[in-house]
Amino acid sequence: MTHVSVTVNGEPREADVEARTLLVYFVRETLGLTGTNVGCDTSTCGTCTILVDGESVKSCTMLAAQADGREITTIEGLADGDELHPLQDAFHRNHGLQCGYCTPGMILAAASFLKETPSPTEGEVREALEGNLCRCTGYQNIVKSILDAAGSMSGAKA
Amino acid sequence: MIPAAFEYARAESVEHAIELLGTSPDAKVLAGGHSLLPLMKVRFAQPSLLVDIGRIGDLSYVREDGDVVAIGAMTRHHDVANSELLQSACPIVPDAASRIGDPQVRHMGTIGGSIAHADPASDMGTVMVALGAEFVVSGAGGVTRTVAAGDFFQGLFTPDLLPTELLTEIRVPKTTGGWSYLKFTRRAIDWAMVGVAAVQSNGGARVALTNMADRPLRAVGVEEALGGGADPAAASMRADEGAAPPSDAFGSADYRRELSKVLVRRALEEALV
Amino acid sequence: MVATEKFIGQPVPRKEDPDLLTGQARYIDNFSVPGMAWMSMVRPPYVHATIDSIDTAAAAAMPGVIGVFTGDDLGIGALPFVWPITEDIKVPVHYPLATDKVRFAGDAVAEALAETREQAEDAAEAVVVRATALPAVTDMREAMKDETIVHDDLGTNVVVHWIHGGGGDQSVFDSAPVIVEETYDQPRLIPNPMETRGCLAYGVPAMDEWTLVSATQIPHIVKVTLCGVVGIAESKFRVIAPDVGGGFGSKLNVYAEEATALALAKRTGRPVKWIETRAENYVATIHGRGVSHDCTLAGTEDGKILGLKFVEIADMGAYYQLLTPGIPELGGWVYMGPYAPDAYWYEFRGIVTNCTPTDAYRGAGRPEATYVLERVVDAFARRIGKDPADVRRMNFHPPFEEAVTSIMGLNVDSGNYEPLLDKALELSGYEQLRKEQQARRDRGDTKQLGIGLSTYIEMCGLAPSNILGALRYAAGGWDGATIECLPSGEVILKTGTSPTGQGHETSWSQIVADGLGVDPGAVEVLHGDTMITPLGMDTYGSRSLSVGGVAIHFAMEKVKEKARAIAAHELEVSEDDLEWADNAYRVKGAPDKARTIPDLAVSAWHAHDLPAGVEPHLNATAVYDPPNFTWPAGAHICVVEVDTETGHTDIVKYVAVDDCGTIINPMIVEGQVHGGVAQGVAEALYEEAIYDDTGNLLTSSMTQYLVPTAVEIPTMITDNSQMTPSTTNPLGVKGIGEAGTIAAPPAVVNAVIDAVSHLGVTGIGKPASPERVWRAIQDAKGGAA
Repeated sequence: MTHVSVTVNGEPREADVEARTLLVYFVRETLGLTGTNVGCDTSTCGTCTILVDGESVKSCTMLAAQADGREITTIEGLADGDELHPLQDAFHRNHGLQCGYCTPGMILAAASFLKETPSPTEGEVREALEGNLCRCTGYQNIVKSILDAAGSMSGAKA
Repeated sequence: MIPAAFEYARAESVEHAIELLGTSPDAKVLAGGHSLLPLMKVRFAQPSLLVDIGRIGDLSYVREDGDVVAIGAMTRHHDVANSELLQSACPIVPDAASRIGDPQVRHMGTIGGSIAHADPASDMGTVMVALGAEFVVSGAGGVTRTVAAGDFFQGLFTPDLLPTELLTEIRVPKTTGGWSYLKFTRRAIDWAMVGVAAVQSNGGARVALTNMADRPLRAVGVEEALGGGADPAAASMRADEGAAPPSDAFGSADYRRELSKVLVRRALEEALV
Repeated sequence: MVATEKFIGQPVPRKEDPDLLTGQARYIDNFSVPGMAWMSMVRPPYVHATIDSIDTAAAAAMPGVIGVFTGDDLGIGALPFVWPITEDIKVPVHYPLATDKVRFAGDAVAEALAETREQAEDAAEAVVVRATALPAVTDMREAMKDETIVHDDLGTNVVVHWIHGGGGDQSVFDSAPVIVEETYDQPRLIPNPMETRGCLAYGVPAMDEWTLVSATQIPHIVKVTLCGVVGIAESKFRVIAPDVGGGFGSKLNVYAEEATALALAKRTGRPVKWIETRAENYVATIHGRGVSHDCTLAGTEDGKILGLKFVEIADMGAYYQLLTPGIPELGGWVYMGPYAPDAYWYEFRGIVTNCTPTDAYRGAGRPEATYVLERVVDAFARRIGKDPADVRRMNFHPPFEEAVTSIMGLNVDSGNYEPLLDKALELSGYEQLRKEQQARRDRGDTKQLGIGLSTYIEMCGLAPSNILGALRYAAGGWDGATIECLPSGEVILKTGTSPTGQGHETSWSQIVADGLGVDPGAVEVLHGDTMITPLGMDTYGSRSLSVGGVAIHFAMEKVKEKARAIAAHELEVSEDDLEWADNAYRVKGAPDKARTIPDLAVSAWHAHDLPAGVEPHLNATAVYDPPNFTWPAGAHICVVEVDTETGHTDIVKYVAVDDCGTIINPMIVEGQVHGGVAQGVAEALYEEAIYDDTGNLLTSSMTQYLVPTAVEIPTMITDNSQMTPSTTNPLGVKGIGEAGTIAAPPAVVNAVIDAVSHLGVTGIGKPASPERVWRAIQDAKGGAA
């Protein structure tokens, strides 16, 4: 067994798990945070994207042990109480989701991207999403949502 | 999709990692994990021990060393892509790094992990061969050796590394001339069907190809033609000399050969300005 | 609160979103119950083989393993198949676990049940299956030779021949001035909802009551079919579809894992959970398409289409799933498209192979039909040297507002096709594009421009039960709605539809809000649970709004009839003195004397003073059987840039003009178009299931099967402003869920061909991969030399 101690959405959490435990199952099953979904198993679809130390990673292609000592943010930790994060709000207003399954990964990939590129072009947003597949929306309203959120997030800072 | 069970050990230093690797005949090094873990999940790879080198702090750096830029093996693609030093001293490297996989992969995957995996479809190996880079390898007893990129890739997934050796540093020459890395993919996230790295050199160019053989392939015929005064269009006709490209769901070997000629010409036109 | 505005036609943000955006969704893998065990399937070592032995002993002895089971151990019935489309169709028996012979890569032979997910997976891997490989046949044309027989008892791989037959004078196919003959292949596609399948079966053994929670589009059909397979009384069997992460037809089915999870739950008394891996999803969940057509278009030199004839072969896969041979048949009614040919012919043969069964994938038969029709119309235009827009325009059926009987024999509800094409041409800047194309051709640019058109009609709103009966489908096509007006002011709507991301909770709330004069927020929409919403036929075939939504309308009519009686009684006037105005029953001439639905819900609940003969409680149920299908239409234009040296295609513009009748929520309609077009673009340029010589799927994961990313999918220009109301239903709605996958593939492929047609290219297969495009150019060059 391997001891894993992490901060998840601001709270310290720890557990002993099998070494082969993937980070996504540690989050979903050990910690009970089922907002992070599994899509492809091959590190392609990005459904399982979460933030580790503020940066997007595919949690199905990372061992829980590799995250030991780090800070993790999942979709459950994004809203501020009842107030949705600007990305969540923008996805809602712009119909950026249909079945919702890829949505947590999309939003966290976008959060990581906007931190580095606060005022992106549409083309940059599309490229930033190359690791996140969606089968429902044709991406159009996802891209629109992220551009919208970028506007409101940089506006809030100003 | 869960890997078969294994033991996990976290290395504190390069020496510790090498010592751990010696404790099990089928131990594997875990760098970023983005090459190894997918194989383990489908159980094609079932190592009994994983040695995690992700916490060895002093393997992540980009620094100037005379005519060379030294890159720590555990430097993530993301950090290679964003290195200002590399962007000015050897821009083909960060350019290629910025197009590996996707942002999430670049946040975890490392330059050393990618090179040591020796996948002929990987971009970074090709760039290293075109540049004439050198790799520093550490072994048991504190012994280190340096291998030329052109000698390091010995076949499909076969690097010049003993089971108890670790790739620790990548040394790329500073470049001042033109360069180009072209990558032909079906989707943005896909591995290169064919890739071409071209770096201006002594009036000609060094050219290497991705996914055209069992290892990064130096386009010797193209270089020779250029040396003999051929223009890019003429030289590129020799792009597939010595190539043995795969046929797969993405495209046939024949098509890859033709594609390599078009891409070499375009890369040379970009590099030789 | 009583609303004053109208909600139908407004882009109301979705009710579904808050849970989905904050990680509170209830997808199947999020369910966990005490005592739950995990099931893992043992897939076969070869795609076609006789099973010699299955050794489960070592696996059964592993840590945490509860048991390992083969088909002989389970002894349950065959999986349901409900559409024997002809009297003489040959039907292979399809058991959930293969016992004698395996016939495709997903054909499971055993399953392990263990305490944890990991233990179940480890045990499944430890089962030793000894089998003797047989030659595998994955190509339909090879299979038709009957050299390798997939089902020995059937004696042939050609299992069904369905003939729509003709309309009009068939002699045009020999005698017309212009005869265009083309053959088009459409490879298999893998549906790829982002959530794979999965289920959880549990029960109360002492009561013999069982529940199946499943990531399905069809909880009602699963219930009625599986109870017999597993041996559960229908009255004691509940099926729940929780939040489902996309379906696209692939979850319109009843699968082996659902049956065996239930069987294991019954056998062990343990809750049994199974989650499909993506690798399994690619071989064990249905595929789509997999057809080839010989097409004949008879026409005149000036562009009139005289006749359309299509002879198809369709890959059924190794077995029939729920509907398999019915899918090509569904397409059989739209091969005339929006045109008005004088003659029509369609027939198809179904072929079994050693591949995953095919079944409904978004569009189901209609994309296949529209693709070949729109390709052959373009080939016709090229042959006679006319603009493809002009050829389409001169062949459109004239506008009609009342149903007309089409040449294929069914009534089309309403249509007005030419303005849709005009709008698409205008939005694309067609004339300017043609000029730019000519300039590039004149310059001999490396990157050439192509413009592709597709005009279509679809057949939605599955389906009038009498027609389904005539087509030998086992079930009906009705749907149900129950409305309950609670004394608190809330309105409960129980719908028989079962969404997988389409936003039914939001759209249905809008319908109820306008109908009953309440706020959409006061409407609680319940769906996808056969105990709570027993009357339903689920979601597929663009039927949810045009059948399930219309049932809501009729349930509201009944509620309002009762409400009106109570209002008249309370206001002491006759019912004729009341009118429904401004969200209430009001006395004519004295609008302040009024009762709202929430007022009347209270009256009906306390029942202190109801008129004679009126029962307490303001509620009603309607079951609606549509009198006809609905027939949306549209025009799509795709503009591409093709690199003539590499064959690579970039989409530079995409215009979608769709007429789906009355629109409830334009935001949701637009989203459906976006998603459908993206899947259509994927089909046209990227996706294809490829098998190797031994019958193994080469495109076995998302790294090889090319689901496009945001980089490949273009920004789309959509227009839904033309709304020709359906005459089939009182809402005037038609359906939009499948328009994109029907219209887009031919628009895109026609554009790619158009980009290189000046080089002599006359055809490129689907998907138009760089290599296919490059080869077409090389072949044309060779031909010219």
